[in-house]
Amino acid sequence: MTMILGVPLAVFMGQLMLGLINGAFYALLSLGLAVIFGLLKIINFAHGAQYMLGAFAALLGLQYLGLNYWLALLLVPLVVGGLGMLIERTILRRIAHLDHLYGLLLTYGLALIFEGALINLFGVSGASYPVPEALQGGLNLGFMFLPTYRGWVLVAALVVCLATWFIIERTRLGAYLRAGTENPALMQAFGVNVPQLITLTYGFGVALAAFAGVLAAPLYPVSPTMGSSLLIVVFAVVVIGGMGSILGAILTGLGMGLVEGLTKVYYPEAANTVIFLVMILVLMLRPAGLFGKEA
Amino acid sequence: MTFNNSTLAGTLAIAATALATGTAQAQMSDDAVRIGYLADMSGTYRDLAGPGGLEALKMAVEDVGGEVNGAPIEVFSADDRNSADVGANTVRGWIDQRNVDLVAGMVASSVSIAVTKVLEEANGLAIISGSAASSITNEHCTPNHIHWVYDTYPLAHGTAKAVVEQGGDQWFMLTADYAFGHALEGDVTRVVEENGGEVVGGVRHPFPTSDFSSYILQAQGSGADIVGLANAGADTVNAIKTASQFGLTQTGQQLAGLLIFLNDVHAMGLEATQGLLLTTGWYWDMDERSREWAERYFERVGRMPTMVQAGVYSSTLHYLEAVAAAGTDEAEAVRAQMAETPVEDFFARNGRIREDGRMVHDMYLAEVKSPQASSGEWDLYEIKSTIPAEEAYRPLSESQCDLVNQ
Amino acid sequence: MMATTHSLTPSMQRRRRARQRRGALYLALLGIGLVAPFVAYPVFLMKVLCFALFACAFNLLLGYAGLLSFGHAAFLATGGYVTGFLLSSYPGLTPETGILAGTLAGVALGLVFGALAIRRQGIYFAMVTLALAQMMFFFFIQAPFTGGEDGLHGVPRGQLFGLVDLSSNLAMYYFVFAVFVIGFAIIQRTVHSPFGQVLKAIRENEPRAVSLGYNVDAYKLLAFVISAGLAGLAGSTKTVVFQLASLTDAHWHMSGEVILMTLLGGVGTLFGPLVGSGLVVSLQTQLAQSPLGNWVSVILGAIFVICVLSFRSGIVGEVQKLVRRNFK
Repeated sequence: MTMILGVPLAVFMGQLMLGLINGAFYALLSLGLAVIFGLLKIINFAHGAQYMLGAFAALLGLQYLGLNYWLALLLVPLVVGGLGMLIERTILRRIAHLDHLYGLLLTYGLALIFEGALINLFGVSGASYPVPEALQGGLNLGFMFLPTYRGWVLVAALVVCLATWFIIERTRLGAYLRAGTENPALMQAFGVNVPQLITLTYGFGVALAAFAGVLAAPLYPVSPTMGSSLLIVVFAVVVIGGMGSILGAILTGLGMGLVEGLTKVYYPEAANTVIFLVMILVLMLRPAGLFGKEA
Repeated sequence: MTFNNSTLAGTLAIAATALATGTAQAQMSDDAVRIGYLADMSGTYRDLAGPGGLEALKMAVEDVGGEVNGAPIEVFSADDRNSADVGANTVRGWIDQRNVDLVAGMVASSVSIAVTKVLEEANGLAIISGSAASSITNEHCTPNHIHWVYDTYPLAHGTAKAVVEQGGDQWFMLTADYAFGHALEGDVTRVVEENGGEVVGGVRHPFPTSDFSSYILQAQGSGADIVGLANAGADTVNAIKTASQFGLTQTGQQLAGLLIFLNDVHAMGLEATQGLLLTTGWYWDMDERSREWAERYFERVGRMPTMVQAGVYSSTLHYLEAVAAAGTDEAEAVRAQMAETPVEDFFARNGRIREDGRMVHDMYLAEVKSPQASSGEWDLYEIKSTIPAEEAYRPLSESQCDLVNQ
Repeated sequence: MMATTHSLTPSMQRRRRARQRRGALYLALLGIGLVAPFVAYPVFLMKVLCFALFACAFNLLLGYAGLLSFGHAAFLATGGYVTGFLLSSYPGLTPETGILAGTLAGVALGLVFGALAIRRQGIYFAMVTLALAQMMFFFFIQAPFTGGEDGLHGVPRGQLFGLVDLSSNLAMYYFVFAVFVIGFAIIQRTVHSPFGQVLKAIRENEPRAVSLGYNVDAYKLLAFVISAGLAGLAGSTKTVVFQLASLTDAHWHMSGEVILMTLLGGVGTLFGPLVGSGLVVSLQTQLAQSPLGNWVSVILGAIFVICVLSFRSGIVGEVQKLVRRNFK
């Protein structure tokens, strides 16, 4: 059997695959953060809570409305994204003129509220969401047994990431967005409704988080705290990659998934900390981040 | 500087009790029995003990008529938020300001250890129902607390021994990488080897971990029959779920959960947990008496009780009966009275309180039912065998508790 | 700014009056602090003082240097663990030695965190500190000397300088009060020193401070280290008071709580953190024992939102505004 650093090739490949799947979540979430940051200049601390709301909405939809997985994947991001737009309209807009740190603090407060409220309503241990029937079972990839659903997660997340990249970099709407990032006043002067653009952007970023939440629901227990610890890791990913480029956010997310996956094989004790260590390394060697423009 | 009313009131209360305690030692301190229920009411362990445990405690108080020898029973509660800090401070406040007689509940081991240290200094009394750490009545034992429902010793020993006896002798250990996981891993390894089995591999995962797929893959490649889960709470839940997705059980391996509770199984569902072997201190459907109490509880709470919630009721009742018999709520006398009386109720069989504070009672090996075999939402376990009280817990001969070796 | 529009003498008089007023206020607070344990529950007061020192340390960074650290829990916890470990393992050690060691550990960690974090600004700075603190959290779980999830318990309070027995709450209180006063004095001196003025200049306009020739990074780092050291001092003292150190102090919720205390009391005011921590600690104590106990995090979150939306100067800040408006 071919060995790589003392690990059979098959196992090595399998671990890479699993790392990539986790990386897809990092990519989706850091992409959402980057999109929001681009126009609003705030770090959305409620991103983890919104991811959790996505998973919960799917679960409650199934339990109380009989909403199936596929509809949930479509509707939940719209609903949670809508809630995001409402938050932007009613709350975030009021502090848009202030130091952007206030945005961080405000969304942190929102995250506490969402998390605390759901804990009170549904408890902490959470519930499980069944894997949709069409995606049950597994695929034999030769080097590993891959549950079909995980394969689907990887494909779906990559498609959404690339579609987002395409919209922002290659369409007219995306051009507006990028221009709005550079010079909102000028955009306004050209007759573009910038406030509306901001609302839509925030809604879209939140919808991405909710989409990730629905994807995650059948994988992990759906619980009110599922988002918060994940978010801190995603923050580190964002610091590593920088939020200057959409493609950068996606690539860093996937890359960090791989790094973490390999750590789980070679030195599992450090699996929780390896991304933070990479962050430290990047800060020392390239403070602006791998894809960052600002200092 | 901010002063709030209750701190002021509390200070007055201290002054008042300081005057009072000199005179009123004979019977109930200040003519009431005060029970403080301290537990995680909002965090990870909410469903294990939490508000349901408080309800069970209130049931016990109501069942004795709300008073002992004419002294009313007062119940208050607080959320320890799984913080040793908050827990110890709350109990300090209860002692200084509210004259608490019994502290009940308690889940996170760190909270229990911190609280019992405070109570030891103040000569109070605690009955711990939710905590798992066997160190609570071993190196951390005090004359001021009793550990009621279970601990890691019978959970690890009972499960590991039964599994090896059933032929599962090649183990792979999935261990949470901190003191608690290491201790559990050590216990299991010893039992497995003593019974002729072998631990062929293992992986120590960081605590906490949400994605177990990598570790499950490593377990699958190990060739072991049994994958032992030396972790707790959300980690165990995540590991079991992931194992089910990766078809671990279909490929001939079996999971052995060391620290897994009714609420976890309920949350994960039978599809993911079926066939799981575990040790439990009590199960609501294990016999007529248990069912009877569980139905009463269910009517009030809307969920079936966990062993911890049942244990809160059982221990509170035992405490109140001891207070009545001793005619005082003074900690030392009550504890002596409690230890003298065997514990025999719907919860505990062949129960007695040892000098290290451990309440030993029969434990049960259970297997999680398959979805086909289950007849309802809460029909989750099948009891396979009973582990007799005297065999279930750590023998006193191995104890490091100062109270034993005196 | 006002001084330029008036002749010098009245402005000097006003400043002297302000100084006198401030002196009187300090004296009054000192008096309250000295009699407080006879009026209120000392353990509660000690908790407030420990958190107040923690919040003051945090405020030095946010309020005067404009740096939002989302990882200050790491320093609190490090101080606590180091002190707790030393005092439990070496019974001969006096509490002040243990606290000093904890404070130095905070300083050392602050140096490392600071050197890394000041490479990024604003929001990135917050994220970097949060991530570093989370890494420390995982380290504390695995490290052998922290007791993992159980934490350290039964840390002896010991004899202060080998002379004063701290096991009585009253003696302990006065020690904690003294520690707080010293910490507060350090912060007060720092803020009003030329160093503090440069920090404010950096906060207001960093590029200008750079062009004036200030080594901005060195100033920021020093502020960070002082703040981390004082946070470590708060954690060490807290461990001696409560005789335990646990993961709660290392959790990122703690970093959030100290932000809330500072924000609620008033960012960039000397007394804001004291008021804020008093309020938050009382609120938590009260809520934990009330039927609303389960809603603590929701309520804290709501206070956060309200503070940011419409109460950004905090309580002390608003009072100061009021005073300034009415007593110019």
